[in-house]
Amino acid sequence: MRNKITFSNTILILGLVFLYLPMLILVIYSFNESRLVTVWAGFSTKWYGELFEDQQLLEAIGMSLKIAFWSSCMAVVLGTMAAFVMTRYNRFRGKTAFSSMITAPLVMPDVITGLSLLLLFVAMANSIGWPEERGMLTIWIAHVTFCAAYATVVISSRLREVDRSIEEAAMDLGATPFKTFFQITLPGIAPALAAGWLLSFTLSLDDLVIASFVSGPGATTLPMVVFSSVRLGITPKINALATLIILAVSLAAFITWWFMRRQEARRLQMMQLGDDFFDESEEESTKTGDIERRRIKSTYRVESTESAAV
Amino acid sequence: MFKPDSRTATVSAISHKEPEKAVMGSTQDQPMLKIQNVTKTFDGALAVDHVSLDIPKGEIFALLGASGSGKSTLLRMLAGFEKPTSGRIILGGRDITDLPPYERPINMMFQSYALFPHMTVEQNIAYGLKQDNLPKQEINAKVNEMLNLVHMTQYARRKPHQLSGGQRQRVALARSLAKQPQLLLLDEPMGALDKKLRTRMQLELVEIIEQVGVTCLMVTHDQEEAMTMAHRIAIMDAGWIVQVGTPTDIYETPNSRMAAEFIGSINMFEGQITQDEADHVVIESHLLNAPVRIGHGIATALENPEVWIAIRPEKTRITREKPVTDSNWSSGVIDDIAYLGTHSVYYIRLDSGKIVQANMANTERHGERPTWNDPVYVSWEDSSPVVLNN
Amino acid sequence: MEVLNTQQGSSFSDGLKRLLPGRKFLIATPYLWLMLFFLVPFAIVLKISFSEMIMAIPPYSSLVELVDETLSISINLGNYLFLAEDDMYIKAYFSSIQIAFNATLLCLLLGYPMAYAMARAPQHMQTTLLLLILLPSWTSFLIRIYAWMGILKNNGLINNLLMALGIIDDPIIMMNTNFAVYVGIVYAYLPFMVLPLYANLVKHDHSILEASADLGAKPWKTFLSVTLPLSKSGVIAGSMLVFIPAVGEFVIPELLGGPDTLMIGKVLWQEFFNNRDWPVASALAMVMLLLLIIPMALFHHYQSKELESTNEK
Repeated sequence: MRNKITFSNTILILGLVFLYLPMLILVIYSFNESRLVTVWAGFSTKWYGELFEDQQLLEAIGMSLKIAFWSSCMAVVLGTMAAFVMTRYNRFRGKTAFSSMITAPLVMPDVITGLSLLLLFVAMANSIGWPEERGMLTIWIAHVTFCAAYATVVISSRLREVDRSIEEAAMDLGATPFKTFFQITLPGIAPALAAGWLLSFTLSLDDLVIASFVSGPGATTLPMVVFSSVRLGITPKINALATLIILAVSLAAFITWWFMRRQEARRLQMMQLGDDFFDESEEESTKTGDIERRRIKSTYRVESTESAAV
Repeated sequence: MFKPDSRTATVSAISHKEPEKAVMGSTQDQPMLKIQNVTKTFDGALAVDHVSLDIPKGEIFALLGASGSGKSTLLRMLAGFEKPTSGRIILGGRDITDLPPYERPINMMFQSYALFPHMTVEQNIAYGLKQDNLPKQEINAKVNEMLNLVHMTQYARRKPHQLSGGQRQRVALARSLAKQPQLLLLDEPMGALDKKLRTRMQLELVEIIEQVGVTCLMVTHDQEEAMTMAHRIAIMDAGWIVQVGTPTDIYETPNSRMAAEFIGSINMFEGQITQDEADHVVIESHLLNAPVRIGHGIATALENPEVWIAIRPEKTRITREKPVTDSNWSSGVIDDIAYLGTHSVYYIRLDSGKIVQANMANTERHGERPTWNDPVYVSWEDSSPVVLNN
Repeated sequence: MEVLNTQQGSSFSDGLKRLLPGRKFLIATPYLWLMLFFLVPFAIVLKISFSEMIMAIPPYSSLVELVDETLSISINLGNYLFLAEDDMYIKAYFSSIQIAFNATLLCLLLGYPMAYAMARAPQHMQTTLLLLILLPSWTSFLIRIYAWMGILKNNGLINNLLMALGIIDDPIIMMNTNFAVYVGIVYAYLPFMVLPLYANLVKHDHSILEASADLGAKPWKTFLSVTLPLSKSGVIAGSMLVFIPAVGEFVIPELLGGPDTLMIGKVLWQEFFNNRDWPVASALAMVMLLLLIIPMALFHHYQSKELESTNEK
């Protein structure tokens, strides 16, 4: 079945080319000497130099990273709570409303979310005097709200797979529900928490529309700067920025991939190792020389060869 | 199965447990576990229906039933994961009905073992002890003792996924025994093991539990498992207990059709008592050619002569010749034969059309035996039939 | 709060629920956050859509006024009437839905075979393929749209290439057309289509397909009668994940679309930022929400179904 040229495989390859070719072109032209992005005029890294001199851009990057970091932290906290509620509490009044409020932000058009949050902040400022001015805090709130929805989906799908009986076992052994959550449940869902955090981080870094609505004069995020520059046309500086972003993301993805690969390999190795150990130890115990043991061993043999076959 | 040195180690473990028990205020004659009229409903559906049970200290007790019989719900109520709708649970003289699971002196071995995947064998066993904030040394000593008890010392640093099924079970057992619970619960203890390993682990488990001397309640759907492991068995069906007794009691003297049909296979005939004397009873059944004569008196009310006669397949004989007695036989034709190695099961179609199962031990390798469509006679001793009320 | 009264119903983990302290806190925290920052804002949008634009800060009138101890509530339907009268808005809604629908269809046609191929790929390659599909969506959305500007321009890559090869003499106008918008949407949203489809298809038991083949169905027949119906929830989840945000898309029509590309997200943006007409922008948002409520309910339904089916496994 491997490497068979089928219709779907062909489309998959074409689809991947479609996804990656434009980005590749972007990267290539970031090293173009010419200001005219579409005409190749020799290799140069001067646009990277200019990029690092653009104070406004650097400030915006700092701002975006800061917002993204704190948004994803809060989103994971809220998302974990919401996921726990969704998966562990089978029924409570308002559960349907709760689950709708969690899935709706996943698809809600950004213009609607942005507009509604801005109007909320304006109304709040008018009636209770808070938030005094819009900026980092209001963007943070907006980003937490929609990132939490994504984090909830990621975390709850993992939480559903966690064997409930290990939580029960912990409580059976005397751990309070609180301890059970932190000592047993949390280590089990840690990869999902990391995934939820990373997803929230990229979503927050990427958001233009919502941030444009809820931001004030003091806070300009990276997408806002990029947008106002791109709107005016193509500039090689943005190509350079794009290349750096693609590089950073690819690096992060590669590290993730590598770790996943290694973990998988190690797990398989361990399991094989486990079987080897198993045989050895049984060998040893036969030296004690009783017939009973020998009988046991033969049953074990059957079992271990079976598990090796799997 | 156990080396003598590990045996002494566990004996010492029990000895320092005894005084603790006395403080708990339980007296010897009082049962360890008293389940009083416990009922549980889920959304109006009755899962457990007024169950009462007394389990003495040190007993291994099995709840046997099909899935949906309420046995797991009862177990979960004992562990504290479900709260009874009504009724009380008393353990060692103390009412524990309202205690959460983490405050009950009860530990459970889960069907899936529920070992913590991110902890080593050692850490798994130590987990319960750590919850009691015991000093480190004491925990270590206890963990080593437990590892020794289940012969897992050399695997102490392994993670659960590096263990075989049987090893996981031993770790789960060690973990649930580490806290010296007053009651040990086993949920389908052999459910996750393959058939070959099952038989061996059943005996090993019983041996360890008996060494420790802990009172144990297990839940299973496997009658063989219940009969091998338990001192007493309760058959559960539709939320209530059909019969409680030793394996022999339940198999040889079932108290109802339900109990008789639940364990093993059995032939049932409808009949009417025609003679009811102190030393024998005669029952006529239209399904059989000859009347059934039972060689002892039975305690039934004569107002209802309609009864059921139950005869186990292995308590019958198949012969080509007509039995000389005028009772306890019937004639028929062999309808089907199932060869099972140790014995064969013959399905005999009686003249009345009723199919009867009869077992025949395969004592000879190539003996001459009846085959398909042979006319035969089925007969039995006058002590074999069990009379059940309608 | 009423929501916190939870002593009803008894499911299997009934006992567990009872034992978890902090349960109220656990439910209340995300609930209140979402109420305050997701639900209440819509009520405010609704309110402002009924108010009048005034030259003030904030630039809208309030509905309820207490003048000389008389409470006056003025509900102004003017904004909605305005939307109905000016056919530019109706056209914008219509073409948004049309563009989003067509783009969703294109995503599905491209994404389904991709997801199918991924789900059937050897086990060790699936993680890698999944990462390859996801990776573009982790880079900047804006920059990915920007990439197409350089490709589709009159003096962009495609036109330069075609002219250099002598295939065309004059550049094909692709930039600032609906074509460019389609390319942008398909490009940006394709991963969102592939992901739920893959998640669904990978769960299918391979033996079902073999059973179908064993019973004499040809491969395409098996696909139509077994695979496709089984992947229905994946198709719907993926389609909604593309369709709904695409209807309200702003960046793509703004950067790739032309002056005659009417999309409601762009109109709302202009109404809000350029005309500073908050009440009309709110009315536009309310109508858009109304149009999207059915697709959203559909998405919610299948999303929860999808999660449940992973649970059963």
